[in-house]
Amino acid sequence: MPAFWHWFVAAGTIVFIIWCVWLVSWSAKQGPQNVADEDLVGHKWDGDLEEWNNPAPKWWLYLYFITIAWGVGFLIAYPGVGNFEGMLGWSQEDQYEAEMQAAAERYEPIYETFAAMDFGELAMHPDANKLGASLYASYCTTCHGSDARGATGYPNLTDSDWQWGSSEAQIVTTITNGRNAVMTPWAQVLGSDEAVDNMVRYVQSLSGIVEADDGLAGAETQFKTFCAACHMPTGTGNPMLGAPNLTDDVWLYGSSDEVIRETIEKGRNGMMPAHGELLGDNRSKILAAYVYSLSQQ
Amino acid sequence: MRHEVIEKSLNLMIVLIVLAISIGGLVEIVPLMFSADTTEPAENIEPYSPLRLAGRDVYVREGCYNCHSQMIRPFRSETERYGPFTTAGETVYDRPFQFGSKRTGPDLARVGGRYSDDWQRLHLMDPRALVPESNMPGYPWLAEREVDADFVTAKLEVLQLLGDGYSDEQIAAAAAEVEGKTELDALVAYLQELGTNRKVRR
Repeated sequence: MPAFWHWFVAAGTIVFIIWCVWLVSWSAKQGPQNVADEDLVGHKWDGDLEEWNNPAPKWWLYLYFITIAWGVGFLIAYPGVGNFEGMLGWSQEDQYEAEMQAAAERYEPIYETFAAMDFGELAMHPDANKLGASLYASYCTTCHGSDARGATGYPNLTDSDWQWGSSEAQIVTTITNGRNAVMTPWAQVLGSDEAVDNMVRYVQSLSGIVEADDGLAGAETQFKTFCAACHMPTGTGNPMLGAPNLTDDVWLYGSSDEVIRETIEKGRNGMMPAHGELLGDNRSKILAAYVYSLSQQ
Repeated sequence: MRHEVIEKSLNLMIVLIVLAISIGGLVEIVPLMFSADTTEPAENIEPYSPLRLAGRDVYVREGCYNCHSQMIRPFRSETERYGPFTTAGETVYDRPFQFGSKRTGPDLARVGGRYSDDWQRLHLMDPRALVPESNMPGYPWLAEREVDADFVTAKLEVLQLLGDGYSDEQIAAAAAEVEGKTELDALVAYLQELGTNRKVRR
C-alpha cells in the first residue's frame, strides 16, 4: 500500500490504542468502596436502600487492559499496522500454499500408486474405487446423478452402453477433454412432415419398438443417405463421433414419437465439459476406472 | 467520578461514540477504496457485456445470492471443489458484489463452463429433472420473459457515467445484442462466464 495509506493506517491504529488506554485509565473510578458520602448517588428505596457509585471490580478493569494488550501483541505478531508484515511473517497466501503443499505431499503419492496400476486391475481395486467414488461425487453427480444412472440427455454410466467407447483411453479422453456430440437439425433435409414421421418410425423399427413395413422404404433410403454417416448404415452407431447405437433399447433422450421427432427436427447438442484441468492425469485415470467399474457390476 | 463528565454530557458522548465506532472502518475500509488491488480489474476482467449484465440483474432479482455465494475462500477445502480463490480485482465491475454469505447451494464464483448451456437451461427450469436430490426451486418463468433492451441500454449509460469502460459504440449496439433474448438466455450467459477469466482452473 502506498506510503500515505501506510501511515494513515499505522497512525490511526496506534493513536487509537493509546487513546483507549488513556480513556479507560482516565475515566475509571479507583479506590476503596462504600466510603465517602459523595459516592452516594442520591437514590433511595424502602427507606434505607441506597445506591453507591462504587469503582468497578478490579478484574473487570484489568480485562480492558488485557484485551488492549492482546491487540498490541497481535499487531506485533501479525500484519495489521499498515505495511508492517508482523514478526511471525504470516500471510494468508503462505498459509494457503503450505496447506496445498502438505496435501500434495500426502495425497499425490497415493494417486500416483493407483495411476501406475493396470486399468483393469484398478477398476477391481476396492480402495481405488473408494477414491473414485469420492471423485465421482464431487465432479460427476450433478449431471450423471448420484446413482450414476444419468438423466434425460445425460448418459447412464451403470449400463454397458457407451456413447464414446469403454476402453481406458476413450474414457480418460472423455473425462479430460470433454465431449461434444452434435446432431444437426434434419427436418429440412428430409423434406416433409411425412418424411420426418416415417423416419421416426424407421428409427423405432431399428430397435424393434415398431414393426418395419413397406411404407418405410423411403425412410430407409434416406437413413442410409443421411444418417448412416454417423449412425452407420445399420444404425449401430459410432463411438468415434458419439453417435448412439439406435438398435439397442438405450435411449439418451427418449424413444417416444414426440421425442424422436424433436431430435430429428431440432437436432441435439450433447456436451460434456472438460475435466482434465480440474482433476489432473492421475485422478482422471482413477475416476475413469471407477466409472468403468460401475458398468461391470 | 470522571466518567460522569462523559455520562452527563450528551454532546461529548456522541463525539466519542462516533470516534470509537468509526476508527475501525477508517483504517480497515477507507484505504481499500484507494488501493489498486481492490479497485483495478484483475487480468481478463472486462465490464459485463449487455446480455451478461441483464443476466446478472436477473440473478440479483431472483435472489440467487441468498443460497449461492460467489466468494471462494483461500482454503484447500474450497479451492479443490470450486477452483482458485476469489480476488478483489475480479469483482470490480460488480455493483453490488455477489459474495453472498450463505451456501444452501454451491459457490458459483467459477461455475462458468463447468456445465453445458443445455444443462444450465434445464436445471434452471426444473432442477430435479437433472439432480433428483436438489432442493433448488425452478425458475420456469425466465424462459417466457424477454430482456428489456431499452432498460439494458439505460443501465450501460449509467455504468459508463460511473466509470466502467463502455464505449459509445458498445452502448449503441447493446439493444441489438439482447434483442429477442429471454431472461433465461441472459442468466445462462452470465453464469457461463463466471470465473472464466482464470486460464488455470485449479
